[in-house]
Amino acid sequence: MPIRFDKLGVVIAAIAGCAAFAAPFATFRANRIVPGQARSILEALPPAAGPLLLAIVVTAALVALFKTPQQLRLAASVAALAALALLIGVAGTFLTPAGNTFARISPASGFWILIFAFTLLLADVLTRLELSPWARVGVLVAASAAVGLLLISGSWNDLSILKEYANRADSFWAEGSKHVTLALGSLLAAVIIGLPLGILCHRVERLRASVLNVLNIIQTIPSIALFGLLIAPLGWIASHVPGAAALGIRGIGTAPAFVALFLYSLLPVVANTVVGLAGVPRAANDAARGMGMTDRQRLFGVEFPLAFPVILTGIRIVLVQNIGLATIAALIGGGGFGVFVFQGVGQTAMDLVLLGAVPTVALAFAAAIILDAVIEMTSTRRREASPA
Amino acid sequence: MIEIEGITKRYDATTVVDDVSMVIEPRTIAVIVGTSGSGKTTLLRMINRLVEPTAGVVKLDGADNRSLPGYELRRSIGYAIQGHGLFPHRTVAQNIATVPVLLGWDKARIKARVDELMTLYQLDPEAFGPRYPHELSGGQQQRVGVARALAAEPNVLLMDEPFGALDPIIRTKAQEDLLAIQKRFGTTIILVTHDMEEAVHMGDKIAVMDAGKLVQYAKPAEILARPASAFVETLVGASERPFRLLSLGRVRDAVEKGTADGEAIPGDASQRDALAELLWSGRPALPVKGADGKPLGRVTLDGLVKRSARPA
Repeated sequence: MPIRFDKLGVVIAAIAGCAAFAAPFATFRANRIVPGQARSILEALPPAAGPLLLAIVVTAALVALFKTPQQLRLAASVAALAALALLIGVAGTFLTPAGNTFARISPASGFWILIFAFTLLLADVLTRLELSPWARVGVLVAASAAVGLLLISGSWNDLSILKEYANRADSFWAEGSKHVTLALGSLLAAVIIGLPLGILCHRVERLRASVLNVLNIIQTIPSIALFGLLIAPLGWIASHVPGAAALGIRGIGTAPAFVALFLYSLLPVVANTVVGLAGVPRAANDAARGMGMTDRQRLFGVEFPLAFPVILTGIRIVLVQNIGLATIAALIGGGGFGVFVFQGVGQTAMDLVLLGAVPTVALAFAAAIILDAVIEMTSTRRREASPA
Repeated sequence: MIEIEGITKRYDATTVVDDVSMVIEPRTIAVIVGTSGSGKTTLLRMINRLVEPTAGVVKLDGADNRSLPGYELRRSIGYAIQGHGLFPHRTVAQNIATVPVLLGWDKARIKARVDELMTLYQLDPEAFGPRYPHELSGGQQQRVGVARALAAEPNVLLMDEPFGALDPIIRTKAQEDLLAIQKRFGTTIILVTHDMEEAVHMGDKIAVMDAGKLVQYAKPAEILARPASAFVETLVGASERPFRLLSLGRVRDAVEKGTADGEAIPGDASQRDALAELLWSGRPALPVKGADGKPLGRVTLDGLVKRSARPA
């Protein structure tokens, strides 16, 4: 049988090879702000573990390189990712000098590139397996559970990012919940306002162009500029409208962040509602009217259910966008994971930046997977023909 | 009975339907034929008030169709359109149940009616009821569309090019099914088409529309024999006229005394089919048999040729 190469596998194997042999696996620093020293896989791990990891990486890369069964590729990618996740913790413990609480061990470029390569392989396998929406959510839950177990078990405790976490455990969860509240709350407000606005734009053609244009313009304002623009009017409201300040409305803080995120969210929600309603088949609409549905029955019984997947796509865009954008809210005292990012930048402490950035990316990624699954479930509506 | 009196629809300066009056007898099929833009669809849509007329009245069994709110009127009139317009997010059974649900029928009655209609349309309720429209073939979707229009037992059924999207074989079958069901329920049907062949085949009466005006409203034989204008004549198609005329008659009505050799043709077949068979087999005469298989006589080439000539 001739040996055949997998096209994507060639790239993955090349990336993995470079990362494993030429790039540093971990960085050692004497304290949290000095420049670090690179450590290769063999230097960063105990005598037995280093070669073991190299063997796993090389084997998985070879599985990726050639055309191999999907199940084997799945196993290889999961094994490689699991080994990397476990052994980076081992490297943390191994490289930290005993009793030294200032030293910082952090994953280096080689580790991240290997993670990227095998995640790519895993994503490719999962795509080719054509998993059902529920199965995809299941994979997400399993991956989250695995990461959660590693965190609870303490095997990563010697890594720099968790040392930063240990110093800020309370504020981490407080800022985290603020971040989620900000992202979800502004989304909820945008849906409550945006859906009726979208329906109105669909029904009243003259309104459509002007509303969408205004929302388009808002979308083009850079986020920091929008925060700035909101300081004056919200400050004015806080000092002139009775009770506004008591509700937490202020020129800086959560209120302008919330308002800005809400404004950014409106365009995708309204535009997708309009597009979704316009995409309802004409014949279905005509039949609905011809059979005696009232306008309201037609909206809720026909138009809305058919437009729902498109509207959900808008909501997905907004949610992922908001989780990322909420990071900026920290700049004007709005809180969220951005607090750690900007503190870290200020202190040139990259580990602290990561403490804010990694959960943000993870949240956005999880939100995208979950909403994609929901969209697929609502749009296909395919039921297996019931057995006779 | 449907009485259309002086009905007119104008959009700004354009008159789409211009002072049309016609009466459609109960339990008959009236076919409205015309080219695109002739106003035939607008005329149809003014009957169930999907389009509100600028002037004129439509009476259903003597009652002005504006005496009810539009949506209530439409629930009492069947409506089937080209491309069927099934709701893609609802199952076949839910689609058929649309109007009964709007009317608030109880569940058992709805289920009984849906099952009855599906059986009538040769769709097994158990197998097809829970399916979604996209899982059906074009012909099945069309049948579900008509079944949905008939669900609430309407006296009147409006159909806008219901067979337009079907291939010729399935179209013929769908037309036969509709004729059978019309006989069974006694529904008054108003059908819009641009196909004169379909009009002659289906219609008890044919209304020819041109540029918003009703040019001729008469029985098919009359339209074929005495077209009211050059336009109607073009629509009928001069080269097709004798064959269309023959297609109106049954073999039974052209039987002559005597016998002939070969396979017998059923008395219910159209005279056009008999002519085709005679020409194709090169015989001067065919034996004719009744529904019970007994010989009725024969049909001859000469006799059919005489019948296909312009009526006096």
